[in-house]
Amino acid sequence: MADATPRPRPKPFSIPRQPMPEQSPQVRVGNFREVPFGLTPDLAVLEASRCIQCKNPQCVKGCPVSVQIPEFIDLVARGKFVEAARKIKETNALPAVCGRVCPQEEQCEMPCVLGKKGEPVAIGRLERFVADFERVTGNVVIPGIGAPTGKRVAVVGAGPAGLTVAGDLVQLGHDVTIFEALHKAGGVLMYGIPEFRLPKEIVQAEVEYIRKMGAKLECNSVIGKSITIDELLGEEGFDAVFVGTGAGLPYFMNIPGENLIGVYSANEYLTRANLMKAYRFPESDTPLNKATNVAVVGGGNVAMDAARTAKRMGAENVYLVYRRSKKEMPARVEEIHHAEEEGIEFHLLTNPVAYHGDDESRVNAVECQKMELGEPDASGRRRPVVIKGSEFKLAVDTVIVSIGNGANPLVPSTTPGLDTNKWGNILADQETGKTSKKGVFAGGDIVIGAATVILAMGAGRKAAAAMHEYLKTGAW
Amino acid sequence: MFPILETKEIAKNVFLQKIRAPRVAKKRKAGQFLVLRRTDDGERIPLTIVSSDAAEGSVTIIFQAVGKSTTEFARMKQGDAYLDVVGPLGLATHIEKFGTVVGIGGGIGAAPLLPIATAIKEAGNRLLSIVGARTKDLLILEDEMRAVSDEIVVTTDDGSYAKKGFVTTALQEFIDRGEKIGLCIAIGPVPMMRAVAEVTRPHGIRTMVSLNPIMVDATGMCGACRVTVGGTTKFVCVDGPEFDGHQVDFKELVMRNRAYLREEKTAMERIEHRDGKCMGGAAVSAGGGK
Repeated sequence: MADATPRPRPKPFSIPRQPMPEQSPQVRVGNFREVPFGLTPDLAVLEASRCIQCKNPQCVKGCPVSVQIPEFIDLVARGKFVEAARKIKETNALPAVCGRVCPQEEQCEMPCVLGKKGEPVAIGRLERFVADFERVTGNVVIPGIGAPTGKRVAVVGAGPAGLTVAGDLVQLGHDVTIFEALHKAGGVLMYGIPEFRLPKEIVQAEVEYIRKMGAKLECNSVIGKSITIDELLGEEGFDAVFVGTGAGLPYFMNIPGENLIGVYSANEYLTRANLMKAYRFPESDTPLNKATNVAVVGGGNVAMDAARTAKRMGAENVYLVYRRSKKEMPARVEEIHHAEEEGIEFHLLTNPVAYHGDDESRVNAVECQKMELGEPDASGRRRPVVIKGSEFKLAVDTVIVSIGNGANPLVPSTTPGLDTNKWGNILADQETGKTSKKGVFAGGDIVIGAATVILAMGAGRKAAAAMHEYLKTGAW
Repeated sequence: MFPILETKEIAKNVFLQKIRAPRVAKKRKAGQFLVLRRTDDGERIPLTIVSSDAAEGSVTIIFQAVGKSTTEFARMKQGDAYLDVVGPLGLATHIEKFGTVVGIGGGIGAAPLLPIATAIKEAGNRLLSIVGARTKDLLILEDEMRAVSDEIVVTTDDGSYAKKGFVTTALQEFIDRGEKIGLCIAIGPVPMMRAVAEVTRPHGIRTMVSLNPIMVDATGMCGACRVTVGGTTKFVCVDGPEFDGHQVDFKELVMRNRAYLREEKTAMERIEHRDGKCMGGAAVSAGGGK
């Protein structure tokens, strides 16, 4: 393992999984500060000591970017927190982010041997702890950079996929420029995931780390509009392009009343709250409707984020309207749990059919139908079926539609030769990110549809390796 | 940073600014817009690009100081800089040989009309223009529009200058004298665009309007700017800003533009209080940001 000196190991299962201290639900619904406080050094060492250092670690296989988990945990158990952080950073440039937003329970922690009989090692909490420790104690160092290759790479989109590609390629000596459409880098980490789950200061610190490694960042650059992909490869002089523009096209249900005032897409609601800091209005300029009763439509992580944000924006009642049962919800168990703790009222097996408004066209009610579960559908989940005559109305003054996102068409529609599927996702090789257009790679949500931060990072990592190969050999 | 190269008040509370933004200047076509932000707490304000100079790397905007952000924009001096300028955004105007085109600019709408009118004229069309304002002090770009028009009619609602009446009156006169109009482009306050569309509808005159709803990201990501066109929801930022005026649900657009009137008032009162002066009941208008 990481250190040759043997470390006394506890008997398996003799120490329970250590809980992470957090703000109580009553307190945290009144602020936008991060919910968990993080592990203390003592708790981290104790938790790390639970790891039995498997010879054939399954956790690593569960990680989309193959973090050397037993090695970093061993370093934590020895109190070598900074070294542990650097061990993670060998394969993951954004550990403070991943430690917070990865679905560990279905990735690294799921196959943990301890989890078979008890609770798995809290890998995510440990990752978060060491990344925070390194940053807060001023121990972040910029890793050595490879000799300049003379090759120039354009990364389109400064979200999780793009930042990973940029970090990897700049480290290999390539000259990397990241183009970001919004005024701040981070993509969904900035506009989508709320402050209380991922402080924006941490996102900016991670972006700064990649910039200090040498990547250039051009915000306010909408590729497809300000500059096209062909221009990047032509007059702008880039040798390769990575497209990581994400899933930024909100779906609506096309039901009556959806354009009433107060009906938001989750993207709009969260962008106003997070990126534009509407929770500080009027200190910040961008407002949100002042709402008392809010309905959030959907059952994913974004729906949970929207519901919990609405609560913090001052709503008295937040209803989560989801057409299947709790078991089918795509959201992480932890997010559902946090939402319930904060008093979000779940209306399960319920589907909106129309919105109603007052004489100023402000939404004042959502009309719903009750559903029951029928046979499994294509996704393997039981299909919700309408119960006839079950219509009812919920009085609301804000609705947040959170039923998913499609691919943003700005890049595909302005890039001849870049093939997409029928939903507008860019067709790219799963292993290399290669698209139908020479020199253009793609990864993350723009390829696979709305998914998770870490899957986008995993795609970025693979694409970066393939791009490095392409830049070296020129072979497509 | 995007420095202001020139700024001046061209009519009462209406400002022209030339801003250095080389990437936008290089790409921009008639009909497209940009998004501005002044400070890190600022909102993203969409404004039409009136003209650009690729050699100088500059773009020119014209705006009315109606809300908090535009009021603060108006107070910026030459040499001050915007924090963010993004663009060009939206689809460019579809330009072809239509024959005779009527271009109508109402109030501040003359600003977005000018580049489109210029492109229309350059494409070899015969251009009849109508430039209107509520009153003389609010009239802008009369000379610039005259320079690209084969014929121009200027109107003021109150008769304080030129022809008294609405732009629709002048449009009706063009129709009545038998003009074969291939296209009508109307840009201005929503009620004006709706009125123009109702004048042209019975004659089957193709009518395009340019919409200015509330936007946030302006790249198709949020849907704040959605508008119903022909029964289908469109995002003005990426599907527009120009649409068939006979298909737009103007009533919905008017309502949606009023979504943040209360908040806009709060924000205005705040800067007035901060500046230690009272400007009376702040004139709050739809359009831009929020």
